Amino acid sequence: MSTSELPWSTIERTNSWKIFDLSELWAYRELLFFLTWRDIRVRYKQAVLGMGWVVLQPLLMTLVFTVFLGVIVRVPSDNVPYPLFAYSGLLLWTFFSGAISGSGNSLIGNTHLITKVYFPRLLIPLASILARMVDLLVALIMLIGLMIYYRAGVSTGLLMAPLLIVLLALLALGLGMWTSALNVKYRDVGLALPVFIQLWMFVSPVVYPLTLVPERWRLLYSLNPLVGIIEGFRAALFGKSFNWPALGISTLVTLALLLYAGFVFKRREKTFADII
Amino acid sequence: MPTVITAENLRKRYQIGADQSAKYLRDTLGGLLKSPLKQARTNGKADDRTIWALKGVSFNVEQGEIVGLIGGNGAGKSTLLKIVSRITEPTSGRVRVRGRVGSLLEVGTGFHPELTGRENIFLNGAVMGMKRSEIARRFDEIVDFANIGKLLDTPVKHFSSGMYMRLAFAVAAHLDQEILLVDEVLAVGDVAFQQKCIKKVSNISQTGRTVLFVSHNMEAISQLCRRVILLEAGNVITDGPTEDTLRKYLWGKAQNSGEYVYQPDEDENAPTELLIRSVKIKNSNGDTTDSVDSRQPFSLEIEYEVFERLPFAWVGFVISSPNGVALLCGIEADNAELAGPREPGIYHAATTIPARFFNSGNYLLTVLGAKRIAGAYTILHELKNILSFQIQLAEIGSDFGGRVGFMYPSLDWRVSRT
Repeated sequence: MSTSELPWSTIERTNSWKIFDLSELWAYRELLFFLTWRDIRVRYKQAVLGMGWVVLQPLLMTLVFTVFLGVIVRVPSDNVPYPLFAYSGLLLWTFFSGAISGSGNSLIGNTHLITKVYFPRLLIPLASILARMVDLLVALIMLIGLMIYYRAGVSTGLLMAPLLIVLLALLALGLGMWTSALNVKYRDVGLALPVFIQLWMFVSPVVYPLTLVPERWRLLYSLNPLVGIIEGFRAALFGKSFNWPALGISTLVTLALLLYAGFVFKRREKTFADII
Repeated sequence: MPTVITAENLRKRYQIGADQSAKYLRDTLGGLLKSPLKQARTNGKADDRTIWALKGVSFNVEQGEIVGLIGGNGAGKSTLLKIVSRITEPTSGRVRVRGRVGSLLEVGTGFHPELTGRENIFLNGAVMGMKRSEIARRFDEIVDFANIGKLLDTPVKHFSSGMYMRLAFAVAAHLDQEILLVDEVLAVGDVAFQQKCIKKVSNISQTGRTVLFVSHNMEAISQLCRRVILLEAGNVITDGPTEDTLRKYLWGKAQNSGEYVYQPDEDENAPTELLIRSVKIKNSNGDTTDSVDSRQPFSLEIEYEVFERLPFAWVGFVISSPNGVALLCGIEADNAELAGPREPGIYHAATTIPARFFNSGNYLLTVLGAKRIAGAYTILHELKNILSFQIQLAEIGSDFGGRVGFMYPSLDWRVSRT
């Protein structure tokens, strides 16, 4: 073996402003795959229904909301059958809430890795979001089933759906990076997260439509990046017109958050092993 | 051989002050309310309560070397390995490495109890930096080395701890990086497996790869390394041939007065359950001494204090060779009548090493106290290599030349001529 031909690399205190080192992430793609795979595998081990829960969770919630909001309260659902309306929203919501709570706690849940081996720390929250992404794709099958059952027509707008899912995943990644990095030092973050997630569901059009919100509050309401994404997803599924301003806000908020979270993560990541 | 690692004036500071313990926002906010001025002054800057784990460490390692790193707890060995493996950044200074660095600071990093042996091999391999294709290629070798047989597809939570460790080490032993950092991982499994591991590590260097090796096991160090670096409180004390460094390390603390008195006030980590107060070596006349005639028996006297009732506790000693190989170990509980509980109080334990037992030479004495709970032993107090003593062999009229070996019992010979 001729080590003398290998290049030198230097380990010293860094002050890099490169927020996302994509080439390094690419070099560690196999580990990313294994971490994602482990997340999925471990979550459904010893569960009799296994991956079935991916569909069952939003489905059961849909059932509950259909009974209470659809049948009893009679919440409007933009002329879409309420179960279909609710499932489409809950599908995204289940992914989103699972992704942020999973990734928010991911770093402290992997202390043994962080203190014992080096790899880009970003892989950890990223893997937990990718794992939920796989769940989402499985749960989509049920959505297709429901759409066929309710004979919902399909339009070219459907092509927007994958893009919206990617946007939602990026939003979750931004939040996951930010909260997981803070969580290493302030465990308050992990404790507060479930409360915020719960609140967030109520201020998002998951089980009710945007049209239920009074006109004069709608602009303020749309500052919530989930509004553009969830409404957009439904518009794509059910062939309605897109709410472009709301989608624009969602995109801007997501990108800004991603950049900020990337900065926070980068700045804190070098001390993870010391203070976790 | 070309140089593959150079460390230049490495320094690492850890915060142990308020900032470090502020895991909850409340602490930080509370601090802010209590003393806003102080917070503003120190905000983002170093808290004054910091410790320097490394205080300017420099060394070079050549390709194919196995370099041992030794030193007491808190000497900075593990911090050094963590910096070279990029887990943490140095505060100043730098390390330059040539080739990929594999860190083996623990075996089984990333093992998940719910996953099967097979799954964990892949996961652990990936965590340690192996490519999937590489793991697949060496899979049979790994399974073979671990010797876990039919359990390959059983979740590792059902493994015995020995099997778990063997599997974990097997993956680690097949890492293919040019530089390997090994931290105290050879101390797993039974003796046969340990020897297998040591052999594996020495093979690694024969293929031109380089190993930095941290261990408290002086036998493993002397078996594997030709060069050892001694760290003490963040500084390199000695860097040289194994024998020289080991001697300096082992003999550094040893007193040669024949008596050691422990000073709990000078020790931050003074034990709270059982404490060894003093140790004496006495010759057959009852005099405290560091030099014993081989023809005479000599005794060891240990005075210890028990602070709370211990259901099963004992003190004991280890006599080691100059390079740290344990030769003899004895404990109170070897005497069945003495094995049992210890009420609070001060105890005097004494034992006698028979005449004509050790060969002439220098020896090191370690004294320790331990307790047993549910079959597991915990060392409560250990005074490691605190006394050195000499055995003099002055048998009049029987000088047939120096003997090798540490033992010199009088053996019974029967000779006949046919």
